[in-house]
Amino acid sequence: MGYKAHFRVWRGDTDGGGLHDFTVEVNEGEVVLDVIHRLQATQAPDLAVRWNCKAGKCGSCSAEINGRPRLLCMTRMSVFAEDEVVTVTPMRTFPVVRDLVTDVSFNYTKAREVPAFSPPKDLKPGEYRMRQVDVERSQEFRKCIECFLCQNTCHVVRDHEDNKESFSGPRFLMRISELEMHPLDSLEENTGVDRTATAKTQHGLGFCNITKCCTEVCPEHIKITDNALIPLKERVADRSYDPLMRLFRRADKD
Amino acid sequence: MSVGTTAPGRAQISSRTLRTDRWWVQPVVTVAVLVAFIIYATIRAFWNGDYYAAPYLSPFYSPCLATNCVPGTGEVHIVGGWWALSPALLVLIFPLGFRLTCYYYRKAYYRGFWASPPACAVAEPHGKYTGERRVPLVLNNAHRYFFYIGLIFNVILSYDAILAFRNAEGAWGHAGVGTLVLVANAVLLWLYSLSCHSCRHVIGGRLTHFSKHPVRYRAWTLVSKLNTRHMLFAWASLFGVALADLYVALVASGTIADLSFF
Ligand code: SF4
Ligand code: SF4
Ligand code: FES
Ligand code: FES
Repeated sequence: MGYKAHFRVWRGDTDGGGLHDFTVEVNEGEVVLDVIHRLQATQAPDLAVRWNCKAGKCGSCSAEINGRPRLLCMTRMSVFAEDEVVTVTPMRTFPVVRDLVTDVSFNYTKAREVPAFSPPKDLKPGEYRMRQVDVERSQEFRKCIECFLCQNTCHVVRDHEDNKESFSGPRFLMRISELEMHPLDSLEENTGVDRTATAKTQHGLGFCNITKCCTEVCPEHIKITDNALIPLKERVADRSYDPLMRLFRRADKD
Repeated sequence: MSVGTTAPGRAQISSRTLRTDRWWVQPVVTVAVLVAFIIYATIRAFWNGDYYAAPYLSPFYSPCLATNCVPGTGEVHIVGGWWALSPALLVLIFPLGFRLTCYYYRKAYYRGFWASPPACAVAEPHGKYTGERRVPLVLNNAHRYFFYIGLIFNVILSYDAILAFRNAEGAWGHAGVGTLVLVANAVLLWLYSLSCHSCRHVIGGRLTHFSKHPVRYRAWTLVSKLNTRHMLFAWASLFGVALADLYVALVASGTIADLSFF
């Protein structure tokens, strides 16, 4: 049945702000986003929050609840005790716009820096043929809803603003991994650009110390570290840190 | 200069973390267990005694390569009589390197010992962070070489386990608790090595077209399954070697007697 919960919500903008206390009604089956909406409806009509689907699929409602990066719409109130204070803040890695809304354009900049899928020159759209076993691995990464919770949690940029320039973050290193594993991607043949090499040089894969926080927070449960980042590190090792592989690379390239 | 989550433009929140769960338990436990293992392993490595209780050879001392190895521990003394220290010191560097560069242990020690980060969404205490881009941490990229060497060790320790089916006089058809201990140790080490991320890459992960390599694809699928449990095997095999060594030490020193099944 319904109860009154104690919420603490960060309100403010770039000039400053702080946590504000609210006592708000909670009903059975609700998620944190429902309660935030009730706050808007009853006590704080100008509370800014970004949301869209309420189904964990649009990736808009990323925030931090009791210090843990999560989707507001996928966090059930039933995981908290009725007397527990629920603290909601915006993501702490990106610049705040207002209240729970942050400016995530860092991620769009990084996304643009990854060259798009580049099909073989002689194939026209509609002529792509692939074996399921060949594309399967990278399909896991297509589940990404671009919520950027992984980007927000990664300590490389979360704790070190100055690394933002040289590190693209787990989401976009995963994108490179996806294209690198793609059976038809021919960027290297078409332009001479080796995606794996750029992962090391331009996208800062070496900053990642595989501590797996991206994997821990991903709402789509993508095994980012195990299936995308470590395989990419191994590919970088093939190119840059393994003298024997230089000899065998041609033979083992398929 | 890094300023962490208090960088200009970000929501102003002064706490290092707002997490309310006991996020520090995991790094504390990791450090405690690893420190205990390091202390134990260091003492035993320098001990230079109680490592052979025929037919059981402690995994810390295998292969025993120096002339000062006690009789019965192997005849391949590629290191001559000039070596006066414990023979364990000649070989332990390899398993040590394998574990130090292991992707799982890296996560464990970066989080536990270096607090980088101590837990997710808990700010690290360092002003600057360069990751695995410089010496010494860039050397972790050599992990695959330690993996290859680790395979050689696994073969040797499996051989030791097979030799444990002989009795103290060298006749086959014996099995005791020590035999079980050495077999379990070898099995755990194989599981740890086969679930390794470098193993997964070498066996098939580096391929782009699995369809052209059905056998390697099959192998990759199996290794991938083991790989999801790599952390479990990392801890189990660590306890495995320590307990195997402890058992041999207890028997060799006469503290306990090996129980023989047949
Ligand atoms: S595993 Fe790497 S990319 Fe993922 S959060 Fe940790 S450091 Fe960042
Ligand atoms: S990988 Fe996961 S956490 Fe990162 S943006 Fe995609 S869905 Fe969100
Ligand atoms: S509102 Fe779409 S993911 Fe939460
Ligand atoms: S990743 Fe752990 S042993 Fe290779």
